[in-house]
Amino acid sequence: MSSVSEDAANQLSRPQLVLGGQNFHTVTEAVSRIAEGKTPKAWYLAFAITSSITAILGAMLAYLVATGVGVWGNNQPIGWAWDITNFVFWIGIGHAGTLISAILFLFRQKWRTSINRFAEAMTLFAVACAGIYPLFHVGRVWVAWWLFPLPYSQGMWPNFRSPLLWDVFAVSTYGTVSLLFWYVGLIPDIGTFRDRAKSKIKKMIYGALSLGWRGSGRHWRHYEIAYMILAGLSTPLVLSVHSVVSFDFAVSIIPGWHTTIFPPYFVAGAIFSGFAMVMTLMLIARWIFKLENFVTMVHLDNMCKIMLATGTIVGYAYATEFFIAWYSGNAYEKFTFLNRAFGPYAWAYWIMVSCNVISPQLFWFKSLRSNLTVMFIVSIIINIGMWFERFVIIVTSLHRDFLPSSWGYFSPTFVDILTFFGSFGLFLTLFLLFIRVLPIIAVSEVKGVMPQAHAHGDSHH
Amino acid sequence: MGEKTTVAKKEEKELYGVLAHFDTPEALLKAVRKVRENGYTRFDTHTPFPIHGLDPAMGMSRSKLPYLVFCGGLGGVATALLLQWWTGAVDYPLFIGGKPFFAIEFATPVTFELMVLFSAFTTVFGMLILNGLPCLYHPLFTVKSFERASDDSFCISIEAKDDRFDKKRTVEFLQSLGSSGIELVED
Repeated sequence: MSSVSEDAANQLSRPQLVLGGQNFHTVTEAVSRIAEGKTPKAWYLAFAITSSITAILGAMLAYLVATGVGVWGNNQPIGWAWDITNFVFWIGIGHAGTLISAILFLFRQKWRTSINRFAEAMTLFAVACAGIYPLFHVGRVWVAWWLFPLPYSQGMWPNFRSPLLWDVFAVSTYGTVSLLFWYVGLIPDIGTFRDRAKSKIKKMIYGALSLGWRGSGRHWRHYEIAYMILAGLSTPLVLSVHSVVSFDFAVSIIPGWHTTIFPPYFVAGAIFSGFAMVMTLMLIARWIFKLENFVTMVHLDNMCKIMLATGTIVGYAYATEFFIAWYSGNAYEKFTFLNRAFGPYAWAYWIMVSCNVISPQLFWFKSLRSNLTVMFIVSIIINIGMWFERFVIIVTSLHRDFLPSSWGYFSPTFVDILTFFGSFGLFLTLFLLFIRVLPIIAVSEVKGVMPQAHAHGDSHH
Repeated sequence: MGEKTTVAKKEEKELYGVLAHFDTPEALLKAVRKVRENGYTRFDTHTPFPIHGLDPAMGMSRSKLPYLVFCGGLGGVATALLLQWWTGAVDYPLFIGGKPFFAIEFATPVTFELMVLFSAFTTVFGMLILNGLPCLYHPLFTVKSFERASDDSFCISIEAKDDRFDKKRTVEFLQSLGSSGIELVED
């Protein structure tokens, strides 16, 4: 797959981030044509499939609202099951988007520019999918607004001592700030789309969305600072969100949940799963839209390395949990972990370990880090493994209560399965719409990292 | 006499200024320094991406936005602490698990989140207000070639309102700086 120019680029001390001898205009062309050209037939086909899957999601949720939460398989002692697993799964996926757009920006990792827009969109759509589960799990979704501290007739307020309420604030803040960050990054590029639009309606819509951006030097001055501040705010935010998600578990007294390792362990897992999802989607987009010059082998190689690092951290966390379960001398804790690995859910546990700990180790090898097929398969395996991780943490910790009379075994109903399946439809439908109407690569940022963009070399920053 | 000029104004559009294109960021930086040295004040640049070194070349100081954001963040912290203390300890105290009605420990996550949320809103809306955006109409948008300023052209615009502006001399001056194309902008 790696072409001659890519090999040449790798040999330079500093890898070139945009290949194929591009100038500023060809970059604009290459990105804009994806959204400007006639809608391909394959897009309509894909859209028909994903929107049908979204309709399944809608039907399942309507059925739940009409009947009750009992249509899901959750029941005592397993009060949280697929719903919260799916919530943590989707929220975790979103984290890679913020990591790429904010943390790598602060670390001046210029390679992020080709993939950040795509990853940020993924964050937003993943948060949208995640929000569905806790929202409908409250049972009476039409009073979900009680979660917010609004004065209403009962005169009561939400309980700020509960981690579940912290989660409401963390996730809604995360969704809002991610949207703002994404939109601010889009403004100059929507300006480019406005200037290239042929029809009057398109010109008006893009014109309004770009807020009348005219690339003014006096505007860039505030814009660049604003972007930097948003990155600075998003960095601790993203770490806080999954930490707060982990508090939902860690603040409880359930063996298997009540551990201090949860915040860093959850954050590492979130980044791990998010990068896997970016990789899956990016490989497809790169192939369909021929983005090899922008998403180069260097980008993919870096992403593999991050997956290797975070996957190993996750494996280390699994080991630590076992060590502490033994070292603590707590009989319930010890039982929970032995039960995880050898109890009724052992199958789920070993799927998790083989997907999350073993499969990323392949990325130690350069040859496998440059093999697109291997990358694609491993990224999907990691997605599966990370879903099982949340399932294992939630369900195995709950299914053995303190009293053997309260033991149980969870099996999903068809509503559980189809609701989860349907959320992929929503995620992919939003993605397809995004690809057709907005620039999927940050045009102005990519231009800024090209060698021609620097007026006097790259010496002073 | 007065009537005549208003009629003439309606037919003949007013001159907003001139727009000069340059091909590279280097050329733009060199030119904009000269424009400023020449005493122009009502000028601007238009580029497809931010150019390093443009702020000092245009004589601009660092943006004041961070100070606004700091105030926004403090507002978020104050709002969160007051909200949690007043709702939990004053307006409707509830005994839950023997926990205190208010304590800084359990108030921290929500306080942090609201600090980030308020700061982010201040950043985005502060940036837009400082930039005078949204601004859906601007005389520059009437110039066809201005569309290239979001693609691969680096432009300088000088307003007719500038004290040193003179249609003929300003155009000649911009030509002498190596501009690859100059257009008059009408409002």
